[in-house]
Amino acid sequence: MNTYALGIDVGSTTVKTVVCDEQGTILHSAYQRHFSKVKETVAGQLESILMKFPDVQLRAAMTGSAGLGLANSAGIPFVQEVHAAFLAVKTCYPKADTVIELGGEDAKIIFLTGGVEQRMNGSCAGGTGAFIDQMATLLGITVDELDKASLRATRTYPIASRCGVFAKSDIQPLLNQGAAREDVAASIFRAVVDQTVAGLAQGREIKGNVLFLGGPLSFQKGLRKAFVDTLGLSEEQAIFPEQAPVFVALGSALYAQESRLSAKTPQELLRKVQHASASSEVLTGDCLFESHEEYAAFVDRHKRHDLKYADLRTYQGDAYLGIDSGSTTTKLVLITDKGELLYSHYASNEGQPLDRIAAKLKQIYHDKHPNLRIRSSAVTGYGEDLIRAGLSVDHGIVETVAHFKAAAFFCPDVDFIIDIGGQDIKCFKIKNGAIDSIMLNEACSSGCGSFIQTFAMALGYDIGEFSKMGLFAKHPVELGSRCTVFMNSSVKQAQKDGATVEDISAGLSSSIIKNAIYKVIRAKSVDELGKNIVVQGGTFLNDAVLRCFEREIGRNVIRPAISGLMGAFGAALYAKEQAQEQESTLIQPQALQNFSYSSKNVRCGGCTANCLLNVIRFSDGGRFVSGNRCEKGAGIKRETEVPDLYSYKYESLLQLAKQQPASPRAKIGLPLVLGNYEQLPFWHTMFTKLGFAVEISGESDRKVYFKGQHTIPSDTVCYPAKLAHGHIETLLEKKVDFIFWPCMSYNVKEADTSNHYNCPVVAYYPELMRANHSGLNEENFVYPYMDLNRPKNVINVMKRTLAKYNVGGQISGAVEAAYKSMQDFRQNIANKASDVIQQARAEGRKIIVLAGRPYHLDKEINHGIHKLITSLGLAVVTEESVAQLGQMPKLGVLNQWTYHSRLYRAAQYVTTQPDMQLVQLVSFGCGIDAITTDEVRSILESKGKLYTQLKIDEINNLGAAKIRLRSLLAAMK
Amino acid sequence: MAEYAKFTEEMKKTHTILVPNMLPIHFKLFMNVFESYGFHCELLESESRTVVEEGLKNVHNDTCYPCLLVVGQFMEALKSGKYDPNRTALMITQTGGGCRASNYIYLLRKCLAETFPQVPVVSLNFSGLEKDSAFQMTAPITLKCMYGVLYGDLLMTLYNQCRSYELIKGSSEKCLQMWEKKLDKLFKENKFTRTKKIYKEILEDFAKIERSSVPKIKVGIVGEIYVKYSPLANNHLEDFLISEGCEPVVPTFMEFMLYWAINKVTDAKLYDAATKGTPIYKGAYKLFLHKQREMIAAIKKHGVFNAPHDFEEIIENGKKFIGLGVSMGEGWLIPAEMGALAASGTENIICTQPFGCLPNHIVAKGMSRAVKEAYPNANIIAIDYDPGATRVNQENRIKLMLANAKAAGGLH
Repeated sequence: MNTYALGIDVGSTTVKTVVCDEQGTILHSAYQRHFSKVKETVAGQLESILMKFPDVQLRAAMTGSAGLGLANSAGIPFVQEVHAAFLAVKTCYPKADTVIELGGEDAKIIFLTGGVEQRMNGSCAGGTGAFIDQMATLLGITVDELDKASLRATRTYPIASRCGVFAKSDIQPLLNQGAAREDVAASIFRAVVDQTVAGLAQGREIKGNVLFLGGPLSFQKGLRKAFVDTLGLSEEQAIFPEQAPVFVALGSALYAQESRLSAKTPQELLRKVQHASASSEVLTGDCLFESHEEYAAFVDRHKRHDLKYADLRTYQGDAYLGIDSGSTTTKLVLITDKGELLYSHYASNEGQPLDRIAAKLKQIYHDKHPNLRIRSSAVTGYGEDLIRAGLSVDHGIVETVAHFKAAAFFCPDVDFIIDIGGQDIKCFKIKNGAIDSIMLNEACSSGCGSFIQTFAMALGYDIGEFSKMGLFAKHPVELGSRCTVFMNSSVKQAQKDGATVEDISAGLSSSIIKNAIYKVIRAKSVDELGKNIVVQGGTFLNDAVLRCFEREIGRNVIRPAISGLMGAFGAALYAKEQAQEQESTLIQPQALQNFSYSSKNVRCGGCTANCLLNVIRFSDGGRFVSGNRCEKGAGIKRETEVPDLYSYKYESLLQLAKQQPASPRAKIGLPLVLGNYEQLPFWHTMFTKLGFAVEISGESDRKVYFKGQHTIPSDTVCYPAKLAHGHIETLLEKKVDFIFWPCMSYNVKEADTSNHYNCPVVAYYPELMRANHSGLNEENFVYPYMDLNRPKNVINVMKRTLAKYNVGGQISGAVEAAYKSMQDFRQNIANKASDVIQQARAEGRKIIVLAGRPYHLDKEINHGIHKLITSLGLAVVTEESVAQLGQMPKLGVLNQWTYHSRLYRAAQYVTTQPDMQLVQLVSFGCGIDAITTDEVRSILESKGKLYTQLKIDEINNLGAAKIRLRSLLAAMK
Repeated sequence: MAEYAKFTEEMKKTHTILVPNMLPIHFKLFMNVFESYGFHCELLESESRTVVEEGLKNVHNDTCYPCLLVVGQFMEALKSGKYDPNRTALMITQTGGGCRASNYIYLLRKCLAETFPQVPVVSLNFSGLEKDSAFQMTAPITLKCMYGVLYGDLLMTLYNQCRSYELIKGSSEKCLQMWEKKLDKLFKENKFTRTKKIYKEILEDFAKIERSSVPKIKVGIVGEIYVKYSPLANNHLEDFLISEGCEPVVPTFMEFMLYWAINKVTDAKLYDAATKGTPIYKGAYKLFLHKQREMIAAIKKHGVFNAPHDFEEIIENGKKFIGLGVSMGEGWLIPAEMGALAASGTENIICTQPFGCLPNHIVAKGMSRAVKEAYPNANIIAIDYDPGATRVNQENRIKLMLANAKAAGGLH
């Protein structure tokens, strides 16, 4: 009887098996999706093996991210999957230098030469197969189609791949703005490559012979191409083995072989797997409905909130059209003047919102009674501008306001609205008939509808069917309440432990709700939400989700039957309110028949930002421009410039940096990053006084970021810190004598604070830079510790630092001048701030204190948000320029960071100024802002001011920012 | 500062102080010390799912995991009905550095303000914060706690070295429990200062445990202090490593105390900012160092177990990678401990950290490359802990590291 080796690889989405002989020759292999039925799939494959090799003995080992539980309970030896891959590589491709493996939810890299190192993705599933699946769903195509499309691309857009959530928020606007699908597809693959380089390689260069493994890399040509192109590999260097999909299973077979594991017959193995018990480690909750009667009563109660209906074909008279062009779906509503529903449409926009809406409008025109007259129309949602321009819709309305109007129609005294859509959660509180505070999910789309949908599909179900399955689940699993990605791994664990699809479905519904309540709203008690709660959005049409929500908050809520159409319905109500005597501007049937458009990309030459514009031309000659951050790109000229302190301060810093001594003794490089945005005047003055030329690293942009990306060791640090790596590269290119970037535990003491620290990242980032950039050494990178509050200390340290330049005698004078220069600069900014405020008041403009950190001045960090604000007609000042005008309010937190204490004073000052509001800029990953944001909010809200927070990172998408700012504007009126 | 309940002298008689269990062995000893000064304390050991849920409900979800767990554990306890909120106080550590941890106490008070405004929070700190509380770490309490640290460190070190090798399952645990009881008595009777004698007895008792001589893979654990030590936070990392056939090597708590004391001296030097307090910190450092050296000498003299590193050696290791001015969170201590571990043959190192920990961007992930350059065989992984990170994911990553260790023939 022959003895073969069997490797079983149980991945997050697939099961792979390989049988090989003593020489490692593959005799049999299988690759199959398991749709969460792990045990059954493995057993099925074992059965085929049994049929094919009835009389053999098998040494078997199991591997894979979802294989551990099964291996343990079936008593089959387990081998860690990277280790398995390692063995297979050593056997089959001994010349490989690096292995990159992308799986369903895992991404791994193995460096083989120059110190073996194995890495896998941590808590983030960005850049994996699941990510690609998710993106294909978003585009409404299959992964295959995505792959083919990508090969026809002509350009790529920057897309974040750190996690599907962020990528979606990058891709959605691109789609809504009409970017070509081919280009988006290629961009998605490019993003996966970037994620692998940044997230996994983390500073180690990928070179030599690279072996590519895993399903996505063996099936998707576009992805292969993206890797080969980006890494600059030759044809010989890029190895795509034929057996790639089952490579890890092969490794596990080799492991079984090599370890001489005891051989068993296929029958025995099959029996072991079939009899493996599901372990009971899964945490479960209560079931959603005890009985069908309970469910029926629930359904009945919610049926009450419905609209009256009228017939489109027979109704004669005035009608109003509302359109909600959402992130993934398109909604249309046509109502009568009594608010009766004539027509509604709710469907995925399949990445082509303009086409979908035009088609539906055609249908309305075709079906309606000749005497039905559309008096007015309004559009809301992400695609508002595009749809308005393309179809000449009368009005545009902010989403939040639209939703409020719709909710008030069903519940006039509504005080809390929560809307869960495809990938956004919007919650707002209503006070005195106006929107009081808005909470949007910016950092995370966990808990949104598209997540369940993607999941349902991954498990092989249709979304409607999938969510119904959860209604009567016996033991709903407790999944995490954090990000989508983390939920993936929680589901993985539940699957591993034998949870049923029903239990997972119910668990997901509950997670969504927990996320919304505890992550987005962050409610501490139910009373905080309000008494009259209206829930809406497509996701709430899912009864399981609705039930979980009522459960979690312990009270009944109103879900209108048109829950998914509320934005469009609100827009229709708005159209009705705004209807004028004259005809609606809405595109007429005739023009609609001939409607078409084309899109192309151009670079704006309006300013140095060189925004990439997407220009859409419509068949009637009109055009729509997107991608611009200010009105210049859209071809609009303003008569007067809206006063903006951000631009002024930024320009002033760049101007200041230009001054240089006549014959410098050496050239110093100063990275324009983090704390240096504050200290530039200080260091520049000190060094130029001492006769040094000061070269600053210059302005940031995306290219600068990419330049330094390979030396970033921690992929979760904030974007301002990540950008610093590119600036160091720039300075090295500029051939400075040395780069100067001091470490400082303490910042300058300013007001009555408990302490005056820098945040750990600002304080010590130079240490990190030195340790992670091989081009830096003692000579060319100088990062002494000092405390600016102690001039003597600064003088001592500088004397030591510059010892070899013989400038010791001049240092104390230079330091004195430096202090004065910093003081003058701040005074200059403060003076300008009062000018800005004065001018704004003279022009009747409201003023926004855009409050962040000094480095939020960086245009690559703030993404031009200040310009967005001025384009809405509001003046902008910085936090530090008004902080000194405010008092330190009573705080509920320890006030120990200088930059952050400015936020508190600025907020206090804003509460004393009727025409000011504060908008807080928060860099994603800023741990300290987890503390400041709640505090700034409470300072503002205690005095009846609105709190608006904009979370920013490397993603250049101002969509969410725009909604917030426009809602703020609406509320200020 | 907003108003909050203060811990008064009278409350010593009426109140039970709840303490989160950061270091299972040490904190039991500290309880004794506090008890002897008239504070009635109780350790919280709940690990139910409610702890995490309460944490998520009560603090900003981007706040670090230790804060979330500690607050969650308190809120669970208060809501459980087991404690009368009118006779209960909470104790929380406060480091007083530039890291977010100094703010935990405020975040805790914010939560309490809404549901249990009458419950006072006492701060366990050595930085003179919260002067208006009746609970103060006076010199005698601090001194007594120092002994708690020493004994705790010794027990923890020996326990880990025995547990992985014990032939009779549970024998190390038994020995540990016996000594916990004995020390309990010694502290109550104020006989704890006879360290030489006690160390010797402890060493001898642990040496009696029957152990296998087959070497195991040693895995060092460094990282953020709470996640590093607390089984609640790190999903029982030490137990997991033992179940995987490894020996966990956990640096002593005294190292953190020494780190904290020497930082005050270093900062005074770096920033020309010496104060009247500086010599006191210097004195404390010297005392701690001397005391720890006594313990190390006892272990070496006994000759059976591996002693912790001498702290000055750790400092020298740290200097290779990072400036000693990096003093927020666990600062330079993390790369220093990594280096010291790698240098002494514990080349597999897990760095535990809360997801999004700010100082750890610099000192943990930021320094791995430098440590690996100095010690090419070092096998370091950073594991993030937070409410959403699942155990299976963490364990998979650790297994990967272990597979790596085995491939490298990592039996030292």
